[in-house]
Amino acid sequence: MGYEEVRVDRPLLLRLLPFISVGTFLLLWEWSVRSGMVPEVLLAPPSQVFSLFFEKLSEPNPDGAVLAVHAWTSLQEAFLGYGLSLLVGIPLGLAMGWFRIVEGIARPIFELIRPIPPIAWIPLTVFWFGIGLTGKVFIIWIAGIVPCVINAYVGVRMTQPTLIQMARTYGATDWQIFCQLCVPSALPMIFGALQIALAYCWTNLVGAELLAADTGLGYLITMGGRLGRPDIVVLGMVCVGLSGAILGFIIDIIEKRLLAGIRR
Amino acid sequence: MTAEPSPTLKIHCEDVSKTFIQKGHIGVPVIRDISLDVEENEFLVVLGPGQCGKSTLLRIIAGLETPDTGYVTLDGQPIVGPGPDRGLVFQGYMLFAWETVMGNVEMGLKLRGVPKHERREVAQHYIDLVGLTGFEKHYPHQLSGGMKQRVGIARAYANSPKVMLLDEPFGQLDAQTRMFMQKETARIWEHEKRTVVFVTNNIDEALFLADRIILMEGKLPGRIKREYVIGLPRPRDHAHKDILELRAMITAQTELVL
Repeated sequence: MGYEEVRVDRPLLLRLLPFISVGTFLLLWEWSVRSGMVPEVLLAPPSQVFSLFFEKLSEPNPDGAVLAVHAWTSLQEAFLGYGLSLLVGIPLGLAMGWFRIVEGIARPIFELIRPIPPIAWIPLTVFWFGIGLTGKVFIIWIAGIVPCVINAYVGVRMTQPTLIQMARTYGATDWQIFCQLCVPSALPMIFGALQIALAYCWTNLVGAELLAADTGLGYLITMGGRLGRPDIVVLGMVCVGLSGAILGFIIDIIEKRLLAGIRR
Repeated sequence: MTAEPSPTLKIHCEDVSKTFIQKGHIGVPVIRDISLDVEENEFLVVLGPGQCGKSTLLRIIAGLETPDTGYVTLDGQPIVGPGPDRGLVFQGYMLFAWETVMGNVEMGLKLRGVPKHERREVAQHYIDLVGLTGFEKHYPHQLSGGMKQRVGIARAYANSPKVMLLDEPFGQLDAQTRMFMQKETARIWEHEKRTVVFVTNNIDEALFLADRIILMEGKLPGRIKREYVIGLPRPRDHAHKDILELRAMITAQTELVL
C-alpha cells in the first residue's frame, strides 16, 4: 500500500566480501599448484580447469564426449528420476498422511527401504537394467522419493486439527477434507521436498555415474581419475556443483512465486 | 435471578458430564452435571477462568466431543456430531491461510456444493456485514488480528447456522481492539440475530454482550455456579453504574478476579 520504499546500503566492504573471498580462494589454489607446493599430478590449478572448460566445449577426447553431451546426459537422467520421484512420492506421502489403510500398508515397507543408501542399489540395477539410462533413472528415483514421501506425509499430518473439525461442522466428506484442506496445508512442506529431493537426486546421480555409465558428468570425473588427469576431475566437479546450484535456485524462485499467498 | 421458561427453547443441556483420560489412565473430570437452556436468539455468555471446562461445554454443543453422561438437544433433536446448523468461531483465528477472505467466508458453502454465484452473494453479504468490504481478495496474513476474527465471524454466519458458538474469540486481541470487536459483535448480532453461546474469561466482555451470564466454578470439574440475567439495553457502556454494580457482584462470587 502506501509505504515509502527505503534503501539501506550495506557498507561497500561487506558487499564485496563474497567476491574477495572467492577470489582469494582461487588465487591461493592457483599459487599452491604453480609454486610446486602441491604437485600438478594431484591437483590442477583453476586457470588450467578454466581453459579446459573451453577446450571441452568442442573437444570430445580423451573421455569420448564434449562437455555439453556429458551435461545433457546427466540433466536428462536427473530430471527423469526427479520427476518420477515427485510423481510417485508426493501422492503416496499425501495418501499415507490421510488414509489409515495406505499408511498401514506402505509405511512399514517404506521405513525398511528408506535407510538403504541409493547407491547400494547399483549392482542390482546393473543386473536389471544394464548401464544405460533406465538404471540410473531408477537410482535417482529411489533417492528422490524418500524426502517426497516423508514431507508430504508430515505435511498432511501437520494440518491444523481445528480446521479439520471446522470442515466437519460444514459437513465436509473425508475426501473433501483431504483435497481442500490437507493438501493445501501440506504445500509448504511439499515445496521443501522439491529442494531436498533435487539435492538427493543430483548427488546420487553422480554416484550412479561414477560406477556405471558411458557419458555424464559423473562419468567425466571417473574418466579423469582413470586417465590421471586432475584437471578433468576438477572440471567435472565444478560442473556438477554449478549446475546443481542453478537448479536449486530455479526451484527456489518457482516456490516463492507459488507460495506468495501462504508464506510470511 | 433465573430465566423464565419459554416455548422458544433452542439448546437444552441435561446433566452433561465429561471426563478426559490423560496419559491413558488418569481420568480428569472436566465438567460435571451441567444443565442449561438457551432460548432462541438469546446471547448467552459462559464466563469462567481458564481451565474451568467452559470450552469443553462449547465443544460438546458443537458436537466435537461426546458427553460421558447426559445429552444436548438443538431444537429438540439430540446432537450426535458436528453439523452446519452450528457455526463455530475459535480463539486462534483458524483461517485457511491459502484462501482469500472471500475464499474463507464461502468455504462452508463450497464444501456443501452451493453454486458459485450463489455462495459469492451470501459471502459478500456477510463480508459487508462484518465491515470487510474491499478486503475480499486479501489473504489472512495481510490482515490484522481484529480483521482476521471478523473473517472468522463472517465465515460462521455464512453457513446460516441456527446457533453461533464462539470460543474466546477475542482472546488474542489487544485490549483496545478487543473492546472495539465487542461493540462490533453487538452491532452484528443486533443486525442478524442468532442464538449465541459465547465463552469468555473476561467479565467486562460478558457484561457488555450478554443477555444472560452463566458463571462457572473456578476449578475442575466445571459446574455452573451462578446465573445472571442482564436486562440492560444495548448499546451498553462499560462504565455504566448498573454494569459496575453487576461487575462487583459477579467478582465477589469469583475466587479469582477475572
